[in-house]
Amino acid sequence: MSDFTTTIGLEVHCQLLTQAKMFCHCSTDYIGKEPNTLVCPVCLGLPGSLPVLNQKVVELALRAALALHCQILPQGVFHRKNYFYPDLPKGYQISQYDLPIGVDGFLEFYSRGVKKKVRIKRVHIEEDAGKLIHEGVFLPPGTSGVDCNRCGIPLAEVVTEPELSSPEEARDCLMMLRNIVCYLGVSDGNMEEGSLRCDANISLSSSSLLGVKVEVKNMNSFRSVYRALSYEVERQRKLLEEGKPIFQETRHWDEVKGVTVSARGKEGAEDYRYFPDPDLLPFSIKGEMIEEIKSELPELPLQREERFMTEYELSQGEAEILVQDKEIADFFEDTLRDFNEPRMVCNWITTEVFKNLKELGIDISQASITPAHLAELLKMVDKKEISGTIAKSVLEEMFATGARAREVITRRGISFISDEKELENIVREVIEKNPQSVADYLSGKEKALQFLIGQVMKETRGQADPELTKSILIKVLSSEE
Amino acid sequence: MKIEEFRDFSIGDYHRLFKDKEISPLELVNLFLERIKEGEDKIHAFLFVNEEKAKDEAQKKAENLPDELLPLWGLPVAIKDNICTRGIPTTCGSKMLENFTPPYDATVVERLKKAGAIILGKTNMDEFAMGSSTQTSAFGPTYNPFDRRRVPGGSSGGSAASVCSLEAPFALGSDTGGSVRQPAAFCGVVGLRPTYGRISRYGVVSFASSLDQVGLITRKVEDAITLLEVVSGKDDKDSTCAPYPPFGRSEIPAPEEIRKLKVGVPREYFPSGLEKVIKTKIQEVLEKLKEEEIEIVEVSLPHTSYALESYYIVAAAEASSNLARYDGVVYGLRVEGENLQDMYFKTRTLGFGREVKKRIILGTYALSSGYYDEYYLKGMKVRTLVRQDFEEAFGKCDLLITPTTPSLPFFPEKKGRDPYEMYLNDMFTVPSAMAGLPSLSLNCGYDEGLPVGLQIIGRPFEEGKLLGLALFLEKLLALPSPFPLFKEDNNE
Repeated sequence: MSDFTTTIGLEVHCQLLTQAKMFCHCSTDYIGKEPNTLVCPVCLGLPGSLPVLNQKVVELALRAALALHCQILPQGVFHRKNYFYPDLPKGYQISQYDLPIGVDGFLEFYSRGVKKKVRIKRVHIEEDAGKLIHEGVFLPPGTSGVDCNRCGIPLAEVVTEPELSSPEEARDCLMMLRNIVCYLGVSDGNMEEGSLRCDANISLSSSSLLGVKVEVKNMNSFRSVYRALSYEVERQRKLLEEGKPIFQETRHWDEVKGVTVSARGKEGAEDYRYFPDPDLLPFSIKGEMIEEIKSELPELPLQREERFMTEYELSQGEAEILVQDKEIADFFEDTLRDFNEPRMVCNWITTEVFKNLKELGIDISQASITPAHLAELLKMVDKKEISGTIAKSVLEEMFATGARAREVITRRGISFISDEKELENIVREVIEKNPQSVADYLSGKEKALQFLIGQVMKETRGQADPELTKSILIKVLSSEE
Repeated sequence: MKIEEFRDFSIGDYHRLFKDKEISPLELVNLFLERIKEGEDKIHAFLFVNEEKAKDEAQKKAENLPDELLPLWGLPVAIKDNICTRGIPTTCGSKMLENFTPPYDATVVERLKKAGAIILGKTNMDEFAMGSSTQTSAFGPTYNPFDRRRVPGGSSGGSAASVCSLEAPFALGSDTGGSVRQPAAFCGVVGLRPTYGRISRYGVVSFASSLDQVGLITRKVEDAITLLEVVSGKDDKDSTCAPYPPFGRSEIPAPEEIRKLKVGVPREYFPSGLEKVIKTKIQEVLEKLKEEEIEIVEVSLPHTSYALESYYIVAAAEASSNLARYDGVVYGLRVEGENLQDMYFKTRTLGFGREVKKRIILGTYALSSGYYDEYYLKGMKVRTLVRQDFEEAFGKCDLLITPTTPSLPFFPEKKGRDPYEMYLNDMFTVPSAMAGLPSLSLNCGYDEGLPVGLQIIGRPFEEGKLLGLALFLEKLLALPSPFPLFKEDNNE
């Protein structure tokens, strides 16, 4: 089997978080709205209507470009990208061509615990197109329609150089990019809802030259980016090994079948006839604006990840999990303010808090628990007022009801049995009831001890201090010998 | 009262009648409607007469005569059919938009209404403003009121013909490469194309965005001033509209200041192909100005001959993109097809006329990869040179005087079929449009009953001087405003 190098470049569209669309006053809040209810003459491209730039769009894109270390061009120009498609009411998309917002940046991220760097070719802004809808709720059978609610929603397109060397790296790079735009408040980065969209160019080669590139589209989650690109690597590898040609083409990822399917025959035939949009004036980006935005940039995910590693002595993996969601990372640090045990807090968040969020199907921002509440609970565990097991069930109730730890504990009548005398009585009862296990333990089966501890826990409904239980058990059992 | 009594009226005269209660807005509107009825089957200036709404509006106004009249209070106005009017069809003279009624007013229409004007109707035009004869309208041509065998010019031919024949006291047009000034010249009326950016383009259906500008067609220079005051000024809906306050008549220099202006005459505007009578008329005017002690200097605009070619590339390129929206999907004509491609194909084949298709193809070609640098980019570079020509000339003078057109109103039979000869008709109006400069056409005399247009070109945003000289000339020449009789006999 020959050795192939994989080369991947990403083109990522992020929906910018503005209230109004890019060139009109229509709302961008299109999710769940009836088709064509967020439209006006401008975004519908009615005759005589003209676009007027929403300055917020430039500001947000500039923020992203600066966070990606791009060089900012002093003047931006909008170009028209001309093509016919029913979801494009004007017959052209207002985009940027040779004078984008930013060029020549880079993005750093961790992949498999190793720090990587990919160069960013450009960051530009453009308007979104509408959406084709087919028969269903809004349309009779056999018909299709256009929903223009999304027409004119501002997007930032980030293009990386083809420098990623595996599907895994591509996914990790995309995740970091998503985190960055979320941290910046530039986009909500939601792939499922389409506010973050990723296309990839991928080629395989056995020499130092790049192979024929294939564009992969329609990947709607980080997982599908990874799966689709892995599929492409295998598909292209097989073709190359069989000496068959690879066509330069666009392929669509089919999530259900787990394959990529050729979308168009000949690529390169498309001529978008770009030219500067005469309805819009070039916009200038002043040095002061750049400095101002730069000074307001928040701590970015990578910086934070590395700070967590040094400041809290977390592993890269732990830090990454926390940092991936800004709200979680904030929650983590807020909890530390009341209870400064980073590793313990990290463990509890990444296991128990995550588990509860997942079960409830909510984000941390929607949860009724606060960092102070979590700190309070963990302090009780730390002081051995309650056991970890109890704490887990208390946390569950805190999530469910919004009650604080003390309330739950008082209501349930829970207290930590750390009285040695009381516990010893229970231990003796358990030993009496389980002669077989005692025999097993005494004959050297360590496992039996765990069983006996479990029985004590059962008797006490989890209120026994596990460490204490263990030592008492060993003490009593050794006296049995 | 009779319509011919208004022949030499300007807005102030109508307002005096209103104030003296000699006529009401309703009576005035009725007189114009009658005149339209009398004239329309002869000149076909209108595509839509807003009879009922105009009467209703006039009635409302008639019932409530204010002490202070708004600048256009009670006056009917004709609007070129590429300017959007809420609830009134706006077809651009095209099958494509035959059934299109905009749900909004263009900014200029909004401002006219706010100033008290009454929308009288929508005027005929070359399809999507592409033409110089009003022959390419999908709804039949407009005829020149002076001689029905001849064209009224275009593309704002309907607006110019309606004002010429007093079917409307004044009208709005649009000027991309001469579409207001050339028909104004052919119809013996005033046609003003202000500086690019002086008037909002919002709601004016785009032909070539970097060149399109709303123009004013009036019988008197005075009315062009009033209209400009009303419709000009910053508009948040158009990024290319200059962030300046509206034009004000205080910007017009006093008559004694006019005499101090230096008038340049560009030698390139008197080529051998120029009709003799036009040359003579312009020279007569220049002589009269000299007699008035206005200094005349000869200047040169060396890139004039390249302006026309590059105009047709740049305008067509922008048009090819601007007209892409007429695809049968959201509004306008749709001809069903077997599939999407087929629907596009059929819709655009049937919806657009020959001239429009020709320019779309030309413009698409000029923007295509591999040709972009050679055509579009080069066209834009020539445009810069043309602009520099003017800048240099305006270092030597304040205003330029040229003929508006190289010929008198022509016959459709003769010129309608040779596109290049037709395009040549725009040779004097295109360069200032390319440079975005304010330009005005004024009638400077007649030759065998046909009007001759004189063009004044000014520096950007110096409409004041331009209109000042126009007022001065209008007074100096003292020509009667046109009132052609609708005769049957001159139609062959």
